[in-house]
Amino acid sequence: MSNAVEISGVSMRFNMAKEKVDSIKEYLIKFFTHKLFFDEFMALNDINLTIEAGEVFGLIGLNGCGKSTLLKIISGIYKPSTGSVKVTGTIAPLIELGAGFDMDLTARENIYLNGSVLGYSKEYIDNKFDEIVDFTELHQFIDVPMKNFSSGMVARVGFAIATVTKPDILIVDEILSVGDFLFQEKCEKRISDLMSGGTTVIIVSHSIDQIKRLCDRVAWIEKGKIKMIGETEEVCNLYTQTSN
Amino acid sequence: MKYFQTFLRYKYLLLNLINRDIKVKYRRSVLGILWSVLNPLLMMAVIATVFSHIFKFQIENFHLYYLTGAVIYNFISEATSTSMMSVFSSAALIKKVYIPKYIFPLEKCLFAFVNLLFSLVAVAIVMLISGVRFTFTALLFPVPIIYALIFSIGMSLILSALTVFFRDIVHIYGVFLTAWMYATPIIYPMEAVSERIQTVMKLNPMYYYVQYFRDVVLYNTVPGIRWNLICLAFSFSMLIIGVLVFKAKQDKFVLYM
Repeated sequence: MSNAVEISGVSMRFNMAKEKVDSIKEYLIKFFTHKLFFDEFMALNDINLTIEAGEVFGLIGLNGCGKSTLLKIISGIYKPSTGSVKVTGTIAPLIELGAGFDMDLTARENIYLNGSVLGYSKEYIDNKFDEIVDFTELHQFIDVPMKNFSSGMVARVGFAIATVTKPDILIVDEILSVGDFLFQEKCEKRISDLMSGGTTVIIVSHSIDQIKRLCDRVAWIEKGKIKMIGETEEVCNLYTQTSN
Repeated sequence: MKYFQTFLRYKYLLLNLINRDIKVKYRRSVLGILWSVLNPLLMMAVIATVFSHIFKFQIENFHLYYLTGAVIYNFISEATSTSMMSVFSSAALIKKVYIPKYIFPLEKCLFAFVNLLFSLVAVAIVMLISGVRFTFTALLFPVPIIYALIFSIGMSLILSALTVFFRDIVHIYGVFLTAWMYATPIIYPMEAVSERIQTVMKLNPMYYYVQYFRDVVLYNTVPGIRWNLICLAFSFSMLIIGVLVFKAKQDKFVLYM
């Protein structure tokens, strides 16, 4: 089996400015008074992780432990301070559905806009348009500006666009918590369809049930370090025991 | 090569963003895109009325003289000032999806370019009314505006990158733009200022683009090789500096948003 994601020795350092210096005046004053110091914060510390192609991999941990930072590094949004990430294949990020929607535009226009944000071509979206709309079940609202949509409706459109393609790697960050239970089931079904088609899925969730249901392997992250990697059952049980 | 492939992949996004800007700009306006033609015309009417009474410059075809200068100035000023905020205001997107970040300033420049094309219709209308001879030299009008576009892209890359780190550039730039307008012979003839000031004014790239445009459209002459080389030098050095600055800083953007 080949590896979809190889992370070796990745650390991510943030400058945690106590006050955000974002004007030249402040910058110069701080520079000349030698107060331009930042508190450094290691969001991730020497992470080594390999995710095999076709695997469903879960990330668990408490709030602020670095899960989302790790996902952002995998999807190329952050460049790690040290270490290297090697990703094989195309990535469809689901990090917060509907990033890139312009709420003044209609759902139809947003499907094209958001599709192009994910790098799809016009012909591709033309072909898949009906499929996307069918998945959202929002046929009668398709020409309504999205600012009139509820958050659940926005999530439907976002999910439908992101999963219409068959990406090699799908990144899912806490998104399955939106929408009604029917839609959640539908999303899970779509994800398992993708999984059986060989897509690698990386899931972050606070719902241990969901992780247990979907994942093959799980990494438990604590304070920017990997505390444990292993079989889902084993890691989840230990995680729930220690956290309580 | 790799960069080129990424660009092709996001070409459709670029078109879509321009499309969105056009839609959002003219939403709920009855005349819609026609405003891009009307606006420079009305502006010209105001300026021409005011200035032909206050200052007694002897400029032939003052309406057209002003308009040709103003469309170039307006283009550069719109392109750079909207680009400036483009990266910063796309924070929501940049933090969540990987997109080549130069797409944003590039898109704003191209959007301003589309607007410029519409204001050229206004120039053509005024040419017809004021009875200026249409000659073949006028067909060279794309040359100066493409020089100006390249220059604007370079400048926008620099400004949009700096704005992420120093938000107050936005305020300074507004003042700078006004100064830049008065430093360029748009509402007055070059001869109105002393020779010494003229030498300084010749360091201003905008002067060359404006003059080029007027030469081909208004005066039916074609600028020589030297003039073209000066324009090329300004445009491409700005573009190269822009690309270098942007490339050096782009990985840090997301940390300052």
